Formats: sequence, C-alpha cells, structure tokens
Amino acid sequence: MSEMASTMELNCEGLNCPLPILKTKKAIDSLNSGEILKMTATDPGSVNDMASWAKRTGHELVAHTEASNVHTFFIRKK
Amino acid sequence: MSDTKKLAIIASQGTLDWGYPPFILASTAAAMDMEAVIFFTFYGLPLLKKELDAKVSPHSNPAMPMKMPFGSKEFQSVNWPIPNVISGNVPGFDNMATMLMKETFKKKGVATIEQLRSMCLEFGVRFIACQMTMDVFGFEKEEFIDGVEYGGAATFLEYAADADISLFI
Repeated sequence: MSEMASTMELNCEGLNCPLPILKTKKAIDSLNSGEILKMTATDPGSVNDMASWAKRTGHELVAHTEASNVHTFFIRKK
Repeated sequence: MSDTKKLAIIASQGTLDWGYPPFILASTAAAMDMEAVIFFTFYGLPLLKKELDAKVSPHSNPAMPMKMPFGSKEFQSVNWPIPNVISGNVPGFDNMATMLMKETFKKKGVATIEQLRSMCLEFGVRFIACQMTMDVFGFEKEEFIDGVEYGGAATFLEYAADADISLFI
C-alpha cells in the first residue's frame, strides 16, 4: 500500500456509480491547489471512471492501488 | 470563449427506472466541470415534483429483470419470469416492483433520485420545465422544487445549439 500523505480522506466504499465521482468532486472543491485527496471505493467501475474524471477535470490521479477489492486513489488538486 | 463542454438533456419519461439517467448524467457532467441543462417535458415533468412518486412498471418493460433484494447471492441473481397476465392484472404489482427496485438499488449503494436531483442543483445544473406540457397536464409551479426555470422549445434549443452532447431520454 502506498504511504502517500494526504490532506483529506474520503470513504466511498459500498457506494455505486455515480456517487464516488460526485463525492470526490465535492471533496476536491474543498481543498487547495496541490493538496492530496485519498479516496477509497469498492465499485469496480470507479477505476475507469476516476481516470476519465481526472482526465476531464485536470486533477492529477497520482496513484491507484487495489487490495481485497478496495480501490485506493490519490488525487492531487490542480 | 470558454472551452467548457456543454451537456443538453431532454427528460421525457418519469418512471423510476427512466428517471435515473438524466440526473446521473447531469450530476456527473457537472462534477466533470461541464455545464448541464435538463429540459423536462411530457412524462418527465413529475421528476420535478417536491414529493417524488416515481414508480416502475414491469408490465410495460418486457426485458426488465425482476430481482429479489434479499436472500443468498444466488437467490438475488435469479431473474423472476413474471407473465404479463400477472404484472398487468394483479393489483399493487407495480408498487411491489417499485419497492423491490428501490431496495435493490439501496443495497447496491446506488443514490436515490432525490439525492441525485439535489446534487445536480448543488453543482449548478439548470432544470427547465416545459411550460406547454405543464399547461396540458395541469402542473402548477408550486408543485415543483425551487430553482426550476420555465420555458419552451426555443429556450432549450438556444442552449442546445451550442451543446457538445445532446441526449433525448
């Protein structure tokens, strides 16, 4: 598991599309540029969705790891 | 000129199943920094009511799987074959199907339509209600949630003319 430092943690485990994206957007809005959000999700669709969301919005998906069906994303606010 | 992408949706259906896509796509578009407008017309208008009573009707959805939201994983994966003679004639069948769908969605961590609708408004999605179909079906502005705009085909098309994505749902 990545030990990257994060400014904020968001738990989206158990939530399904599009809630992880919507909650990530809200969380990112509350951060300052350069700060890191750690988001965890169990929705397998969130892997591609997070990549697309980051590509569109310009926030950087720094890392993605998976362990026992929990996906962990680190996103740096642009 | 900004390079903000624009999404334009016409929501023309108000059942529980057809009510989801407009709100899912518009809220997600807004979360992806796009502009989004939903134009509610005909049977999509009830989606703007303060008290949502959207239901699902298996009788009019021949391909709709009927799932049970309880029991073992194998039991939950069964598609129950419901003959039309039952789904169309048994009183309360739509209410039962609606309850089962809501329960299944909840268990799968899917947002309610109300949740998605309020997130749309929070993210700045514009809702436009079709004035003509409101008059035809007898809807009053007081029945609808706050923050709704009112207009007709030209109002929608003025926005949609510059939209990057236009969907009729």
